[in-house]
Amino acid sequence: MNDFSLQSELFSDDIKQEATRVGFGRGLKAAGEASEQVVALSADLTESTQISLFKEAFPERFIEIGVAEQNLVTVASGLARAGKIPFTSSYAAFSPGRNWEQIRTTICLNDMPVKIVGSHAGISVGPDGATHQMLEDIALMRVLPNMVVVAPGDSVEAEKATKAIAVNGKPSYLRLAREKTPIFSTDDSPFEIGKAYVLREGNDVALLGTGTMTYQLLVAARRLEERGVQAEVVHVPTVKPLDKATILASLRKTGRAVTAEEAQIAGGFGGAIAELVTENMPLPLLRLGMKDRFGESGAPNELLDHFGLTGEKMADEIKQFCDRVPRYHQ
Amino acid sequence: MQAPLTLGQLEKKANDVRQDIIHMLEAAGSGHSAGPLGLADIVTALYFNIMNIRPEEPEWPERDMFFLSNGHCVPVQYATMAERGYFDVDELTTLRKFGSRLQGHPERTMLPGLENTSGPLGSGLSQAAGYAYSLQYLDNNKHRFVYVITGDGELDEGNIWEAAMFAGKYKLSQLIVFIDRNNIQIDGSTDDVMPLEDLRGKWESFGWHVQEIDGHNIESVIDAASMARAITGKPSAIIAHTIPGKGVDFMEYDYKWHGSPPNSEQAKEALMKLRTLNGKITPGHMA
Repeated sequence: MNDFSLQSELFSDDIKQEATRVGFGRGLKAAGEASEQVVALSADLTESTQISLFKEAFPERFIEIGVAEQNLVTVASGLARAGKIPFTSSYAAFSPGRNWEQIRTTICLNDMPVKIVGSHAGISVGPDGATHQMLEDIALMRVLPNMVVVAPGDSVEAEKATKAIAVNGKPSYLRLAREKTPIFSTDDSPFEIGKAYVLREGNDVALLGTGTMTYQLLVAARRLEERGVQAEVVHVPTVKPLDKATILASLRKTGRAVTAEEAQIAGGFGGAIAELVTENMPLPLLRLGMKDRFGESGAPNELLDHFGLTGEKMADEIKQFCDRVPRYHQ
Repeated sequence: MQAPLTLGQLEKKANDVRQDIIHMLEAAGSGHSAGPLGLADIVTALYFNIMNIRPEEPEWPERDMFFLSNGHCVPVQYATMAERGYFDVDELTTLRKFGSRLQGHPERTMLPGLENTSGPLGSGLSQAAGYAYSLQYLDNNKHRFVYVITGDGELDEGNIWEAAMFAGKYKLSQLIVFIDRNNIQIDGSTDDVMPLEDLRGKWESFGWHVQEIDGHNIESVIDAASMARAITGKPSAIIAHTIPGKGVDFMEYDYKWHGSPPNSEQAKEALMKLRTLNGKITPGHMA
């Protein structure tokens, strides 16, 4: 177990909440302070994607592209060719949704260190509805060679992730949410691209979370404990490259695994873990997330509950899974 | 820096490039004939006269930039780069072969001297615009220029017009685009597939300075580039009228040569056409 310090009042009603996009906004500004090469591009969504902080601090390094997401990432590719570190910002549904091929060709294959920020990902986007609730972005980005994929767990981590991505020299994708979510990490918690963190130890089942779903797994683990199941919770903010060592160690110990993501389970984080498991340590795996369907309009909490993406609902599914499927011993 | 070539020497060089293209495509057994042959004069003018470059130092920080947006025409770029000294002319016949640096569509990381990766149409102009934006607004560098070639069929792509709007808004005066107006695309003539006129009017309305030239007149190509460099406050588009397959009479004006390479028989004939300037001279004069 590593030293990932958690907030003390993790399950209090008063737990501090902030949207991961807000942490990104601060992180981008800090990245801009650290390096003059950092530039930010907006596709007409400056305020809601929170690059407004960067714009205010460094107006000469902020570029408005307008509603043109193909141009957004290809101009960024050109800027990177000129030695800049471009962060492109839009809603995930549009970027990488609309411009996936340009990302593939001009950023990944072309090996240009452009940072693609996909804000407003997941169903918690809420009332805007399914068109804007991007669920396929994790899958779309992780299948691209040369792309790093990070989904921070809370806004404190989002700030750190942004700063880390600014200096990693690689094409990178940062997935953010619209809604406020609980902050479970602290300023002292470690963050390193490519590392997973064991937040809670247990022997009965490994709960692997990415993005804001990790907190829900902590809630689920608490519920499960009351029902006699000791769950290990592993936070996996970097979906690509996966921290295989940490994840496999948890699987070896527990013999059963669950993944959770606010995204399609097909091809996304759950898909990545299924691949890892099948090739290294075949054992029972339950993937929680969106099960091959689109979202819909509603209040964020309503939608998360409806689609089973709350700690309470996940605890029920995980308990049934554990009752039904034995631990796998090597 | 090499001594400037005369117009006659440039024309001969373009003919050498055309012959290289035929050799390359025959050896490869696949690839595009019409566009590369049509672009040989423009690309020769760029590499041998217009651009400030150092073949022996492909990343020279003060160089002019060239972004090929219609990446399928890369054979003309490879041939011209080799003639200019970026690599050995012998390497040209490795085009599209396994292990070659000369990939079927240009990949920046594979060959020093390439500035971008392209093939899927419509993105090269944006990449160039991003670079030009950096020069003008972030680097405060007014003396480097960014040259682009696009196809005309390529102008069907929305990404092109996003870039055109962007360049117009930011008045990217160091961005100079040659549009290869050869009136063909894969499914037929541009007029039949997706008409483009009023093409000049479109670019002007997006805030660009527009010139129209004969893309096979090297002097006109050079003059147009000079004019474009002198234009401030606007990006420049040069609509270059070209003949697809130029130089090989049985290929000229025929859209079916867009994506086809010559076979051995046809290559032999094509080379004879090029060496004799379509029968106007005897081959000895080309030595």
